Amino acid sequence: MLDYETLKLIWWGLVGVLIIGFALTGGWDLGAAILLPFIGKTDDERRVVINTVGATWEGNQTWLITAGGALFAAWPLVYAAAFSVLYVALILTLFALFLRPVGFDYRSKLPDPRWRNSWDWGLFIGGLVPSLIFGVAFGNFFVGVDYRFDETLRVTYGHASFFSLLNPFALFSGIVSVAMLTMHGGGWVFFKTEGVVRSRARRAVQLAALATAVLFALGGFWVAQRNGLHVTQMGSPNDILRPLDKTVEWVAGGWLANYGKYPLTWILPGLGIGGALIALLAVSANRAWLTLLGSSLSLIGIILTAGWSLFPFVLPSSLDARSSLMLWDAVSSHKTLGIMLGVVIVFVPLIGIYTTWVYRVLRGPVTVERINSETHSY
Amino acid sequence: MIFAEDVVALSRLQFGATALFHFLFVPLTLGLSWILVICESMYVMTGQQVYKDMTRFWGKLFGINFAMGVTTGITMEFQFGTNWAYYSHYVGDIFGVPLAIEGLMAFFLESTFVGLFFFGWDRLSRVQHLGVTFLVALGSNLSALWILIANGWMQNPVGAEFNYETMRMELTSIADVFFNPVAQVKFVHTVAAGYVAASMFVLGVSSWYLLKARDTGFAIRSFAVAAGFGLASVLSVIILGDESGYTSGEVQKVKLAAIEAEWETMPAPATFTAIGIPNQKEERTDYAIRIPYVLGLIATRSVDKQVTGIKDLKVEYEGRIRSGMAAYDALQKLLAGDKSDPVKQQFEAHKHDLGFGLLLKKYTDKVTDATPEQIKLAANDTIPQVLPLFFSFRIMVGLGFLFLFIFAASFYFLARRNLAPQRWLLKLIVFSIPLPWVAIELGWFVAEYGRQPWTISGVLPTMLSASALEPGQLHFSLLGLLAIYSSLFVIEMYLMLKYIKLGPSSLHTGQYHHEKTLKQGEQHA
Repeated sequence: MLDYETLKLIWWGLVGVLIIGFALTGGWDLGAAILLPFIGKTDDERRVVINTVGATWEGNQTWLITAGGALFAAWPLVYAAAFSVLYVALILTLFALFLRPVGFDYRSKLPDPRWRNSWDWGLFIGGLVPSLIFGVAFGNFFVGVDYRFDETLRVTYGHASFFSLLNPFALFSGIVSVAMLTMHGGGWVFFKTEGVVRSRARRAVQLAALATAVLFALGGFWVAQRNGLHVTQMGSPNDILRPLDKTVEWVAGGWLANYGKYPLTWILPGLGIGGALIALLAVSANRAWLTLLGSSLSLIGIILTAGWSLFPFVLPSSLDARSSLMLWDAVSSHKTLGIMLGVVIVFVPLIGIYTTWVYRVLRGPVTVERINSETHSY
Repeated sequence: MIFAEDVVALSRLQFGATALFHFLFVPLTLGLSWILVICESMYVMTGQQVYKDMTRFWGKLFGINFAMGVTTGITMEFQFGTNWAYYSHYVGDIFGVPLAIEGLMAFFLESTFVGLFFFGWDRLSRVQHLGVTFLVALGSNLSALWILIANGWMQNPVGAEFNYETMRMELTSIADVFFNPVAQVKFVHTVAAGYVAASMFVLGVSSWYLLKARDTGFAIRSFAVAAGFGLASVLSVIILGDESGYTSGEVQKVKLAAIEAEWETMPAPATFTAIGIPNQKEERTDYAIRIPYVLGLIATRSVDKQVTGIKDLKVEYEGRIRSGMAAYDALQKLLAGDKSDPVKQQFEAHKHDLGFGLLLKKYTDKVTDATPEQIKLAANDTIPQVLPLFFSFRIMVGLGFLFLFIFAASFYFLARRNLAPQRWLLKLIVFSIPLPWVAIELGWFVAEYGRQPWTISGVLPTMLSASALEPGQLHFSLLGLLAIYSSLFVIEMYLMLKYIKLGPSSLHTGQYHHEKTLKQGEQHA
């Protein structure tokens, strides 16, 4: 079996894979839902947008569910602390996500325009609120979240209210997240449709890609001005580590320290900006595949930038810096990490294969004629 | 560390409500998916259109239900972290494993292919489509397997031990967790209960069409599938329910004693209290009607082994609480840095009772200074409320036998080709549609409420498992969940009833009742 330190590192990467998996596939559905009321003016147009993701969104959302389960198994302390300290935000996200399964499935069951219009806005909320809150959550990781551990590793909280999560930097991160997912989802609608819906999606991608590139770059300058965590003393990463056994401090510009140590990693934020610019140019030149490639690279770059900037931290605490969780001390036992790695190695490629097959079966543009002639459509 | 009791109570209420609500939709998904596989297999084998229509129509109802299953399921995946943070830390090393595998192996399969089940009719060959339907059924049932392995571990926590360095339970044997006898029995019992619910649903809706003499060809074929599948399932539910009694007799003595209101250890084989009114205060059952030997036979499968009664269990647990105090005492020393051999030995000798020591936290934060009265009180707490368990269990079992009668009668009259005149039976079936859900929810209640005061049996008390949230946060989430879920449930029921009334006419094939009468109406005009 691999040594503990290596497994801990691999699991940092695997959590990244699951989050990126959700962003890349679920991002299409979230982005399409955000754009739904705006690029679909008539019922037919909205049905076109919905049917671009209707058959596949469910599998895509499973990346999110699985990421939750994997966090529980691999980083139980993160699962416990992050979800409970962000309680109200997470519950709001759940409320918004509730609207998606029923929105997709029930909308087409009745012809009444008020019924359908209500579900369209429901789907919009189901796309916008999670996209925003995921970004706000990541932004707050940079600021630090209001929790600490006691000696028995019970997590307790300070007195910060839900509204303190909406600090300027976190809100800004939320907007970056909405922009990038709108770019990605818009790119998908652009890829899957024809005619007026496609040209509206094109416009949306241009705006969202530009916003993603500019705001993400600005965010980088902002982070440079902020404090970041720095480990001053900790045990060997190969040992069992407890969060309270290390010492850490906040230092100016600390979140950019990794790029100083490993300059090659500047490629990650470069990818975030460059990918968005590729998407912008490609969509303007009506190149659908290239647009999706660009937006995908941008998503990967942005998420990895966030992860790598925080590295080795995964959940900084504003209440008690020492309690901040790292990929070294938030993890399951050596045994559990090993078993879960085996499970992931078997199943993630399998999921990739059958998901690709499903997309292949469903290939081709979604048009009003096709929706009306098919045995089943939303 | 003690926090507001009402936060624990509210957290329990929220978890119970969301779990029971989720479980309104899961059983139908579990069973209906196989019924779809059966219908579609007949279509592939015979090529008859009616079997395709059956697959599509029951598939439509499956879809309406499935959406609610997903909506209510999302909450479950995250609410251990949001509301049960200490639980998540304490047992995530073990409990998280089946949950993560559920996502990777089962839920992905189910959710990726469910879209293709609906959207794939024009893009796949018949056999390919049947394969997709099969994978949806397989995925949803595997999902149940992993969830019940997780739940089975809460009831019977095998393959794990406490590590004082990390202050949590850690995995020692994954095979023990996977092949936990409680989990295996629970899985078969639970999915078979889902099959019964789905069969009753299809049987009931078909009976309604038969009573209305509408689309009878479609209805009688659906009835036949449901009667056969239902009869096989209800037999497994009952047999596995009995098996479940046997397994719980071995590992969850207190749950069994509470369900059966077995206050005293009786000479073997124990008598079975068929009915009565359990009186927890006096520790006796009033107005009891008892049947000799039966409990001993069910619980021990022998005539000479005893079934331990509640009073004796309490004495046993009092001993374990004292041993738990010694474990807690050693743990405090270990945490304070005293890792000398005697301390370690004391901890090793008593650590399997640490959970019992933690029960004292309700009465004294220090645990080790507990008075004999406090130990008595904690021992009392190890016994769940008997009355609700006693009755829930009896109603569940009674319903199980009613279902056996219904499916057997349906099968009999169907085989005799004499079903249509049995209007009493058809009516009984229609009115019985909700009953499997009653039985299933009661079954969950018995399993979960019967495990109290623990979240992890004998390891972690419920009162210590919850997140240290503010009551206001729980009011917000609980009210929001109730409001949204209730509204969506009303919408779901409305659509369900609408499509049931439309029947297979909703497929727009022009072959069924409403479309035909519409055509006749046009001709008359």
